[in-house]
Amino acid sequence: MRHATFLRFFLPTAIAMLLFIAMPIVSVVVQSVYAPHDRVVIEVENCTPFGCTKSTAIDQAATQKLRDENPLGRFVGGTIYVDRSHLAFAEVAEAWRQSATAGDFAARLMNLPFYKALAFTLTYLVFVTPLSILLGLLVALAVNAIPRILRGPTIFFSLLPMIVTPLIGALILFWMVDSRGIIGAAVQWLANDPDLSLKASTPLTWVMLIVYGTWSTAPFAFVVYYAGLQTVPQDTIESAMLDGASRWHRLRYVVLPHLMPLTTFMFLIKIMDNFRVFEPIVSFNAGAHAQSLSYFIYSDLGGETRLLSSAAATSVLTVAGVLVLLSPVLVRTWRQFGKA
Amino acid sequence: MTRSARSRSVTLNALIVGFLAFWLLLAIFPFFWTLWGSFKVEGDFFSKATWQNAVFGPLTLLEHGSAFTGAGYRGAWIQEEFWRSALNSLAVVVCVVVFSLSIGTLGGYALSRSTYRYAFWLLLIALVFRAMPPITLVSGYLLPFYQWNLWGHLPTAIVVLVAINQPFTLWMLTSFFRNIPKDLDESARVDGCTQFQAFRHVIIPVMWPGVITTGLFSFLLAYNDFVVTAMLLSKQNQTMIPKIASFLGTTQTEGNVMFAVSSVVSVTAPLFLLVMFFQRQIVSGLTAGAVKG
Repeated sequence: MRHATFLRFFLPTAIAMLLFIAMPIVSVVVQSVYAPHDRVVIEVENCTPFGCTKSTAIDQAATQKLRDENPLGRFVGGTIYVDRSHLAFAEVAEAWRQSATAGDFAARLMNLPFYKALAFTLTYLVFVTPLSILLGLLVALAVNAIPRILRGPTIFFSLLPMIVTPLIGALILFWMVDSRGIIGAAVQWLANDPDLSLKASTPLTWVMLIVYGTWSTAPFAFVVYYAGLQTVPQDTIESAMLDGASRWHRLRYVVLPHLMPLTTFMFLIKIMDNFRVFEPIVSFNAGAHAQSLSYFIYSDLGGETRLLSSAAATSVLTVAGVLVLLSPVLVRTWRQFGKA
Repeated sequence: MTRSARSRSVTLNALIVGFLAFWLLLAIFPFFWTLWGSFKVEGDFFSKATWQNAVFGPLTLLEHGSAFTGAGYRGAWIQEEFWRSALNSLAVVVCVVVFSLSIGTLGGYALSRSTYRYAFWLLLIALVFRAMPPITLVSGYLLPFYQWNLWGHLPTAIVVLVAINQPFTLWMLTSFFRNIPKDLDESARVDGCTQFQAFRHVIIPVMWPGVITTGLFSFLLAYNDFVVTAMLLSKQNQTMIPKIASFLGTTQTEGNVMFAVSSVVSVTAPLFLLVMFFQRQIVSGLTAGAVKG
């Protein structure tokens, strides 16, 4: 296809992505180095027959003039990045000096909102990704072993946790783990502690979110592995059987290696998706115990005062995180491309 | 396969069936429980006394004279005007699917037929864009949208969702178009068609299976979206998902939670039907990228 024709076909989608994906990224970078103007404060003297009082007032006209002259705010460079809500270098250094043990240092780090959010996001990523892939593999192997006629309905029901809106799937589970809900009550009964609340404890909130994440993403792994199992070469399986390979050996040395490329692919997709974990935290109303990077940005944007600069700085750091996570793929592609 | 099935031991079979039954219970039970509970009053669905209240609904019986009540649905749909959000959602979903497929098919077709290296790089950039958390983009939109008075309107959210959807649509459609033999449109070109005529008369008639599958995923993205619609739409333009979130945010008055429960069931029902009718397409779409590597 010639360049001009290609351009004509590709232009609409290119414009859409340029305006609404590339430009916002530029926009957050710009926003993150500007802070809102301070209000211009003037001192007013109110004189009454009983004497004069001084009070401060906001000079609306001057503030407005300042805003109109420089709508982005005042340039502050990298200071937002290093303030207490973000990278907090000063606080980290302070914590490092004061803490005797690594555990102590980690505990102090957890008081800084950005590191807290980063810690939860990475914990979620590290647990949910392998657990959901493993669960998906087990379900796929099991479904592949049942009679063909039962497979259709099984696949239908297995897809549901993934297809349903994340916010809603999480809400449904949240209502069940409520201390007055069925799972919450069951846990209280098992632990023999009528006051136990899954929502009130930070570790249990994290566990709940991870369980939800595994529940909702395992179906994707299941479907991909199930499709992969249909393409396992049957003659290899049969010759392995002739050679006396046990069921476990066939699984270990024939089936799993065949599924390996799928596993790599799924790790890539799941890492991207889990890094942006967000909706379950809203549903579980868990902001006090677990914040992800996305939720951190959301709460900055959504509050009474919209902290655009702070949200922008976190966004830039998040985008940097995405690039770091993707870098193995990008580097590998770069190498392959260099060879080609 | 049949032979290995026969040779399987009883223990292993029992293990497989037991595990699957457990998984299915895990997958379906929450939905069933919520559907059942949505016809109860709050005191029954969230019962301090015993979980059996949620099954038999003694308080519902006391309040409404029957063990089932549509009060939650009536409250959500009529009193809280959930129907308005449903209409907004419908408008957003239809527009997003139509627009993202129209520009996505053109772009995907171009990428699949181009032999130059930039096609590859464009796909790689799309992958990076696909990995961006939408909330980071939203924080980039807010300031300019406020200043240009674009904030709060349905068309704004639609355009943004179409754009966010493009990287995924492009990946999927490119892989579908690569499966359509190049000879088809090349022979049309030899017969004197322009590239666009070849696309129009040769490719469009055979592209529908791929487009429908991609459309399903565009539908899911728009229907399930919370981030963009919650941050960019004003209150009267809210779609269903942010509306449900707002049921939870308001002070927990009696019955308000049941509005949320019943609207959650209302939102999930269309998804059930979707999976029921398009299961094959959804499965093929999920595996399209993966199985080929």
